[in-house]
Amino acid sequence: MLAFKVNGTAHNLNLEPEMPLLWALRNEVGLTGTKYGCGIGACGACTVLMDGEAVRSCQVPLSRAHGKEIVTIEGLSTDGRSHPVQAAWIAEDVPQCGYCQSGQILAAVSLLKRKPNPSDADISTIGNICRCGTYVRVRRAIKRAAGIKA
Amino acid sequence: MGECKPVRNLASLSRRSFVITGSTLAGAMALGVIVPGAARADAPRLASRYWADDGVDLDEVNAWVVIGPDEAVTLRCPMAEMGQGTGSGLPMLLAEELQCDWSRVNVEFASVNRNLGAGTPYGNMLTVGSMGIRMNWEHVQQAGASARERLIQAAATRWSVPASECEAIQGKVRHKPTARSLTYGVLARDAAKVTLAAEPAIKSPDQFTLAGTRQPRLDSAIKSNGTAKFGIDTREPGQLYASIMSCPIFGGKLVSVDDSAIKGRRGIVKLVKLDDAVAVVADNYWRANEALKALKIVWDGGSNANASSAQFRSEYRKALDGPMLTARNDGDAKTAIANSRNVVEAVYETPLLAHATMEPCNATVHLRDGRLDIWMGSQSALANARMAAQLAGVEPSQVFFHQCYLGGGFGRRSFGDELRHAVMVAKAGDIKVPLQLLWSREQDMRGDRYRPQSAIRLKGALAADGSLTAIHIETACGSIQKSTGQMVGDRVDNTSVEGIGPSVPYNKVPNWYTGVQNKNTHVPVAYWRSVGGSQNCFYMESFIDELAHAAGKDPLAFRRSLTDRADSISVLNKLEEVSDWHTPLPAGRGRGISLVDNHGAIGGHVAEVTVDGKGTVKVDRVFAATDAYHVVNPNLVEAQIEGGVVFGMTAMLYGEVTIKNGAAVENNFNQYRMVTLSDAPDVKAYLANTGGVDQKGNPKWGGVGECSVAPIAAAIANAIFAASGKRIRSLPFKNVKWTELSRL
Repeated sequence: MLAFKVNGTAHNLNLEPEMPLLWALRNEVGLTGTKYGCGIGACGACTVLMDGEAVRSCQVPLSRAHGKEIVTIEGLSTDGRSHPVQAAWIAEDVPQCGYCQSGQILAAVSLLKRKPNPSDADISTIGNICRCGTYVRVRRAIKRAAGIKA
Repeated sequence: MGECKPVRNLASLSRRSFVITGSTLAGAMALGVIVPGAARADAPRLASRYWADDGVDLDEVNAWVVIGPDEAVTLRCPMAEMGQGTGSGLPMLLAEELQCDWSRVNVEFASVNRNLGAGTPYGNMLTVGSMGIRMNWEHVQQAGASARERLIQAAATRWSVPASECEAIQGKVRHKPTARSLTYGVLARDAAKVTLAAEPAIKSPDQFTLAGTRQPRLDSAIKSNGTAKFGIDTREPGQLYASIMSCPIFGGKLVSVDDSAIKGRRGIVKLVKLDDAVAVVADNYWRANEALKALKIVWDGGSNANASSAQFRSEYRKALDGPMLTARNDGDAKTAIANSRNVVEAVYETPLLAHATMEPCNATVHLRDGRLDIWMGSQSALANARMAAQLAGVEPSQVFFHQCYLGGGFGRRSFGDELRHAVMVAKAGDIKVPLQLLWSREQDMRGDRYRPQSAIRLKGALAADGSLTAIHIETACGSIQKSTGQMVGDRVDNTSVEGIGPSVPYNKVPNWYTGVQNKNTHVPVAYWRSVGGSQNCFYMESFIDELAHAAGKDPLAFRRSLTDRADSISVLNKLEEVSDWHTPLPAGRGRGISLVDNHGAIGGHVAEVTVDGKGTVKVDRVFAATDAYHVVNPNLVEAQIEGGVVFGMTAMLYGEVTIKNGAAVENNFNQYRMVTLSDAPDVKAYLANTGGVDQKGNPKWGGVGECSVAPIAAAIANAIFAASGKRIRSLPFKNVKWTELSRL
């Protein structure tokens, strides 16, 4: 039995230990805000927080998630809009197609936790792919969330 | 809204509406008034339950507009939403006419089933070609205006006053002399019964107060908290999952499958063999995909099993020697070039490109006797539904297509290839429960229909004073229309020549020849955001830059000398103004310009790059100016422009699908690199709109989804030339052998 918490709720799942956390979240836990994009850890669409750190959940086997606290996009705020990063995302109208944005937001949350006043170079370390090319607004939203004047 | 009850029947409204427009979408803008069972306490502006009710009740009103007693106004939008923002633009046009409370406007995707059953009141539902506003503005405005006048009349009748004494403001009708008012929600039922002597005229853009202003996207919140439902997020009771692999060699067939490795594996439901593909159905997608990877599959690649990119490249170059189909022939370019003492000639080439939408293509189907439900995000829901009906053996009216958000489209999500797979697997596998078929990233990238490969030979003749007297172009390009079966025989495929003959921003070149050879291989090709412009604007605008330098002219001034089109000049002027064009940059940096006419707008870029001695290029800034004539929401237009730069820049720097042994090599983002935050430039978007009316006297509306993709490759290449003296004539830039490339 694999046990981990997702957004504060305990889950005990009888699943293969090698199943990536991504597919447990999407297919077994029922949270679809975490997206599949590449399956090889290259795109970041599946980014979640594991014990507070951004991880690419397609590269985290359940054996490694065992005992951990996972936060997905659904758990970032109770109203789905008031977390400072979410609020900044909405204020800057970052999303276009929106598919990568759960991952972008959680990567930004993790960055801001480590670097509350990130430089442009710090922001550039987020390697998440956005095919729509929303990077100008991603950068602006991260600065807004950090309280940095653009 | 399953509990809604219609209060008007379709027939009477359709007749009346027919009078309103007399256009192709006649009958489309009936004011449908429904009575929701309960007002939603916190109505999301763009609901995460997002498709309209299919209206199984035959008496139900077919409508674009719904006003509930809770004052919520809903626009039924025929366009898909893949990030381009039409779903936030069209409701602004509705609210503009309806004079309703903009904060109470919702959008839902119009029902495909209704569209099939009621004579396509929502049109073809094609979300392509940057046409969202251009295809729908008139119908949406008329729907709003007609609804507004009925609401006014309904209030006037209640008060027994002339309608002329009443006005519509912010979701209320107000009786001016007495200042009494009634809300739309209260009046809506009565309004639906109103017959007007004549339908009202719609506003022209100079009368707009909401449209044309910066407004937020309606879907930013649901796309920032995980609730927006993409096709891949479909979860129906009892749903199964399939992963599929099609023959990696396009056109090849399945020979055999050894499934001994997956026997007894947990969750595996079925192995399904198709003529050219194998699928595994399981209770969890990961299990299905892992099992698929464990199969030993034998394919017959057929006659294309040895084809390679090196071979194609040489064939495309050879094809430049003709024969050519004439796409444009103004004046006598051949003679002008023969007589010129200053002829510039160059050969350029570009590779196949994958769409690589962030959401890999997928479709969920539930095939039962006499009914097919589909959940997916599609750029062509109507045609996809018809195709699926035929494949499944049901009537089109028995198809219920639930449009979802699209995790990117870029032209990939029009064909329904993923839906075809889903229906075929469900049918062949006798799967009676909902089945989600999801292409792995590898399947998505190796089973794409790609941006065509092409090569081109350009010649230009300069007069003694440096003026351009002739352009002569020959191109060999994969024909999209041939590949998709839209072309029979061998004709000019306009998608191959847009941007190099038709659709150029210049109108003062006296002699112009463009010839094209439809040069297809076994690799399927298709529309890719900005279509022909994706390669042709790189060719054309790089070559114009070559000509400017050969003529000893400033590249911006040279372009200005080629056109007196107001839109082109407007963009050039804006670029000159905002980019600090005339201030030289320090050594190692360069500035490049380009100008295109692509899918509804003139787009111009000035890119600033830094190039080091090893040929490492950093794109520092991009100034992007656009003349899109009239736009609904500058905020969303700018977003399209910002993103288009990145999309085109990815192709310019990194984009290439190579073919080896008949199959695509690149199959994931580690091999098919994307621009990310670390190399994305600062993009400054500017509107240089000239407004105006078209030949019919209608306002000119722009299209902005693609006009910013097409210019960027040339702007960067021209900036690299300005910085280094080296001319990039073959893409992607990653393949350029910098030290071997000589300065011109």
